[in-house]
Amino acid sequence: MAVGIVIVSHSARLAEGIVELAEQMAHGAARIIAAGGAADGSLGTSLEKVQQAIQSADTGDGVLILMDLGSAAMVAEMSVEQLPPEQRARVMLSNAPVVEGAVLAAVEASIGSPLEIVAETAQGAAGMSKLHDGK
Amino acid sequence: MAANQESVLTWLRRSADVLREQRTYLTELDAAIGDADHGINMDRGFTAVMEKLATVGDADSATILKTVGMTLVSTVGGAAGPLYGTAFLRAGAALAGKHDVQPADVVAAFNAAIEGIEARGRAHRGEKTMLDALGPALDALKAALDNGQDFTNALRAAADAAEAGAKATIPMLATKGRASYLGERSIGHQDPGATSSAMLLRAVVGR
Repeated sequence: MAVGIVIVSHSARLAEGIVELAEQMAHGAARIIAAGGAADGSLGTSLEKVQQAIQSADTGDGVLILMDLGSAAMVAEMSVEQLPPEQRARVMLSNAPVVEGAVLAAVEASIGSPLEIVAETAQGAAGMSKLHDGK
Repeated sequence: MAANQESVLTWLRRSADVLREQRTYLTELDAAIGDADHGINMDRGFTAVMEKLATVGDADSATILKTVGMTLVSTVGGAAGPLYGTAFLRAGAALAGKHDVQPADVVAAFNAAIEGIEARGRAHRGEKTMLDALGPALDALKAALDNGQDFTNALRAAADAAEAGAKATIPMLATKGRASYLGERSIGHQDPGATSSAMLLRAVVGR
C-alpha cells in the first residue's frame, strides 16, 4: 500500500497526461488518479470527479491532491471537507506546481514514503528550475 | 416572516430568468478578463437549481438554500461554483432551525454567505471580485435597517449598492481568480462575478 495521488485539472486530457508522466516514475507502485474536466468532459472542474478520485487513490495510506489553477483548489478543498473525519485526516492538498509536483510525489509514493514526506517532496517542485543556469 | 419558502423560491426563479437573459453579457465580461464562460456557467447552474427545486416540496428556506448551494457546486464551472456554492450553503446553515425568519436573520445569513466566500476564495474587498458587490450590499442593507427603513426598501438599497459596487470594479486591478493572470490588462473591465452577484441581489426585489 502506498500514498495515492490525485491530479485535479480543468482539462481532462491534461490530468490524464500528468497521470501518464507520473506513472512512468511510479512503476505501478502507487495509485495515481486523474480528476480533470467538468462532469460533461468540457473544461472545468467537478466535485464528484474529485471525490471519486480520492476514493480510488486511497488505500488507507492517504492521498496527496495536486491541482492546476485556483478554482481547482477550491473544488478539491470542498471535496476534502466532505470526507469522514478519519479519512480527511489522511488527505492533503499540495501547493506544488501540478506537473513537477506529481512526478516528485509519484517517486516518493512509489518507495512507500508516508504522506507528509510525499507532500514535502512534491512541494520541492516549487523551487525547481528547468534551465541549466537556474534562471 | 422576512424570507419564507415562497419568497425564496420567487427570488431563485427570477434569478434563473435574469441569468439566462444575461448569459451572453456575462460571458462577454468574462471573455475580456477570464475564460469566457461565466454567463454559460451561471445559466447552467441556475437551470439545474430550478429543476432541483421542483422536487423540494415544503422544505424550509434553510434547506432550499443548502440545496441551491450543493447544486451550484456540481453544475457551475470555474471558481463561481465553489464560491456561490459555499455562499448558499453557509446562508442555509445560518437559517437552520429558524421557522420565522426575520430581517435580522436574513442579515446574518447574508453575512455568513460573504464570510464563506472570503474563506473559500481567500479574498476580501478591493480585489475585483464578487465581494466588491456583495460587501457594499450588506453594508447598505444593515444601514437601511438601522435607519428604520422597511425590509423591502432596505433590500432595494442593497441591490443598488451591489450594482454600484460591480461598476466600481472597472478600474480595479485583479489579484484573484483567472483575471489575476491578466495583471494590468484586467483594469478597465467590469468583473463578471461582481456583475452576476448584483443581478442576484436585484432579483430579490424584482427587476
